[in-house]
Amino acid sequence: MKKINKYSRRKILKTTSAIAAAITINSGFPAILRADNNIKIGVPTILSGRVAQLGISVSNALKMAINNFNNAGGLDGRNIELIIRDSRAKPDEAARVCRNFINSDKVDAIINAEASGASFAVQEVVRESGTLCLHTVSETSRLTADPSIRAWNVFRFSRQGIHDAVGSARYAATVIKEKGLKTWMSVNPDYAYGRDSDDTFFWALEKFAPGFEILGKGWPKIFQPDYTEVITQIAREKPDAIYTSLWGGDLVSFIDQAALYGIFKNTQLFAINLADYTTMSAVKNLPSGLHSATRYVAAWPNTESNRNYDKSYTDLYGDHPTNWSWEASVGIDYLISAIKEIGGTDNKKIAEYIKGKQKESFMGVGEGNTVRIRENDQTIVDYSIGWGTTIPEDPYMNNIQAANWSTIEELEKEWLTDKGWL
Amino acid sequence: MEIFALFDCIITPACLISQTAGGLKIGMLLFLVASGLTLVFGVLGVINFAHGALYMLGAYFSWQVMSLTGHFGLAVISGAIGVGIFGLLFERLLINKVYNADLLVQILLCYSVILILDDLVMIIWGDEFLSGIGVPEVFQVPPLFIFDAIIPPFHIAIIVISMIVALLLWIIMTKTKFGKLVRATAVNPRMLEALGVNTNVIKAGVFMLGSFLAGLGGALAASLGSVVSGMGNSIIIESFIVTVIGGMGSISGAFLASIIIGMARSFGAVAMPLFTDGIMFLIMVLVLVMKPEGLMGKKK
Repeated sequence: MKKINKYSRRKILKTTSAIAAAITINSGFPAILRADNNIKIGVPTILSGRVAQLGISVSNALKMAINNFNNAGGLDGRNIELIIRDSRAKPDEAARVCRNFINSDKVDAIINAEASGASFAVQEVVRESGTLCLHTVSETSRLTADPSIRAWNVFRFSRQGIHDAVGSARYAATVIKEKGLKTWMSVNPDYAYGRDSDDTFFWALEKFAPGFEILGKGWPKIFQPDYTEVITQIAREKPDAIYTSLWGGDLVSFIDQAALYGIFKNTQLFAINLADYTTMSAVKNLPSGLHSATRYVAAWPNTESNRNYDKSYTDLYGDHPTNWSWEASVGIDYLISAIKEIGGTDNKKIAEYIKGKQKESFMGVGEGNTVRIRENDQTIVDYSIGWGTTIPEDPYMNNIQAANWSTIEELEKEWLTDKGWL
Repeated sequence: MEIFALFDCIITPACLISQTAGGLKIGMLLFLVASGLTLVFGVLGVINFAHGALYMLGAYFSWQVMSLTGHFGLAVISGAIGVGIFGLLFERLLINKVYNADLLVQILLCYSVILILDDLVMIIWGDEFLSGIGVPEVFQVPPLFIFDAIIPPFHIAIIVISMIVALLLWIIMTKTKFGKLVRATAVNPRMLEALGVNTNVIKAGVFMLGSFLAGLGGALAASLGSVVSGMGNSIIIESFIVTVIGGMGSISGAFLASIIIGMARSFGAVAMPLFTDGIMFLIMVLVLVMKPEGLMGKKK
C-alpha cells in the first residue's frame, strides 16, 4: 500500500499560506491590498490599559469628522481612511507603529494621539521621514517649544503646559488676592508632564503674585492607588492652597482620599485637570468650590457652535467629548480643509496651508471665534482656556473666567527666553 | 534629603501619630494582598504574577455588587468570595498544569492571564475608570483628632479588618487541621499523598484562599479610589517586595514586612519625598544582602 506522507505538499502550502495571512492581518493590510484611491491617515494612540479613554475619545472625534467628509462625497470621490493602532502607551511601540504607517501603509499623514513620552518618539520618526504629522494629545511644551526638535512637517493641535500654566497662575493670583492665600503645596505625577506642569505653574505664579511660600511637594507615581503619605503631609503642613496636575482616575482617588481628612475645608484646591466630565462625575461627593481649568465642558466657550459640537458627539457616542476629543477635532478640521483647498495630499502644500492659518472653531477665542497655528513654532494658539469653580452637578463649573492670550503669549516669550529656546 | 523634617516629625506627637496611622493603613492593605501571594508561593511553589490581576478583579466585582445593592459590606465580601471562586477555577484549569514547569512557563502563563483579564474587564465594564465603591455611610464623618493628628475613622476600620484577617490566617494555619495539612503539603506533598491525603484539594484550597485575600485587598482599595483596568500592576510589585523582605512563604514575615514598607513610605515621604519608592527597594536590597531568606524565612 502506498505510504501516505503526513506532510504532504498541499498541507504545507495550506499551512504557510494561513500563517502568512495571519501575519499580514496582524501587521495591517499593506497599502497595495486596499483601495488605493483612499486618503490614508495613520493614528498611533493608546487603546488599552488605564488611559484607553484617551485613544477612544480621539478616535471618536476623528471618525465623526471623517464620516461627515466621506458622506459629503470626499475629495472628488476619494474617501479618508483612518488606520488606528494601539501602541499600549509604549514609546518604542509608538515609534514602530509610526514607521509601519509610513513604510508599509504609505499613509498620507499621521495624526499622533500619544501621550508625551511616546510623542517624542513619534516626533523623531516623522522628522526623519518628512511625513506630515499633527500632534493632538501631548501637553508637554518642549515638543514644539524646543527649536532643536522642530520640523517643517509637524504641527501641534494639543494645548501646551506653558499656556495652561500662565492661564492658571493668572487666575490663581486673583484668588490669592481675594482670599489671602500665602502658603502652597503641590501634588503632581512624577513624570515629564507632572514636572513640567509644576515648574511652569509656580514660575508663572511668581510673576503674578510674588511672595508666596511653598511648604512642600508630593510626587506620587502615575497611577499610584494610595495617596496616604502625600495627604498626611498636606494635613500636617496645612497649606492655604494646593496645586495639582493629577488627572483621570488618579485625581479622583486623590480627591476622594483627601476628603476623608477634611483637607478641602481649609485648603483651596487648584486642579488643572478636574473639569473633565468623566473625572467630575466620578468623584464621590464632589466638593463645591474646587478650582479647575476648563479642559472640555459644553458650557465653555459659551457659544452655540461649542454646544452643537458637544451635542453631535454625545448623540453619536453617548458620552461627552473629552479634552483629547476637541484637540483631535480641530486638527482633523484643519487637515480636511487643507486637503480640500489644495485638492490633494501633497505634504509640503498642506504644511504651507496650515502654517499661520487662522480658522473659525468651536474652541476658538481669537477674533471671530478663531484659533490660529502660530508660524514660528507651528503650534495652536487662541484656543479656549478658562478657570472656574466646581459645582456637584451638570454643568459642573461656574464663575468661569477666560484666560487672556496676550498675557499668555507675553509670558510664554519670557519663559522661552529663560529656557534658551528663543 | 530632609532629615531634620523627619526628626521634627518624630518628636512632634501630631506628626508621629498621623504618619504612624498612615503607615499602618498602607501596610495593612498591602499585607492583605501580599499574604495571599506568599501563601501561594510557600505551599505551591508558584510565583503567581497574576495576583495583581486578581486584586483588580476584586475591585471590579465589589463595584458591580455595590452598584446593584448599594450595600458596602456585601460588596466587599462578594468581591473577595468572587475572586476566591475565580482563583479556584484558575488553579484547576491552568495553574495546576505548571506546578513543576520552568519558571519562564509559569511567568508566561500568568502574564497571559493578566493581559486577558485587563482587556476582559474593559469589555465588560468599559474602558473608562469607574468611581470607587466609596466609604460606608457610618464612616462618612469628620476625622478624629488625636493630639492634633488627623485620622479618618475609616482608616482605623481598614487597619482593624486587616489585623483580624491576619489573626484568622494565623489561627487557620496553626490551629486547624486544614492548616496542618497545608503546612505538610508545603514540606512534603508526596509523603502526604502516600498517607492518603488528596493534595490536589489542599492546593486548590490554598490558591482559593490566596485569591480571596487578593480580592479582599482589591475590594477595600475600591473604597478608597477609582477602579480601572491594569490597577493590579502597581500592587504586584510592592507585594513581591513584601514577600522577598518577609521571606517567601512566610505569612508572619509578610505581616512584618508590610508594616515596615508602610512605615517606610509614610515617614519616607517626610524625609525623602522624591525617593519614597526608592526606600522600599533599598530595604529589599539590604535584606537580600544580609538575610537572603527574608526576615522570617527559613534557611534552606
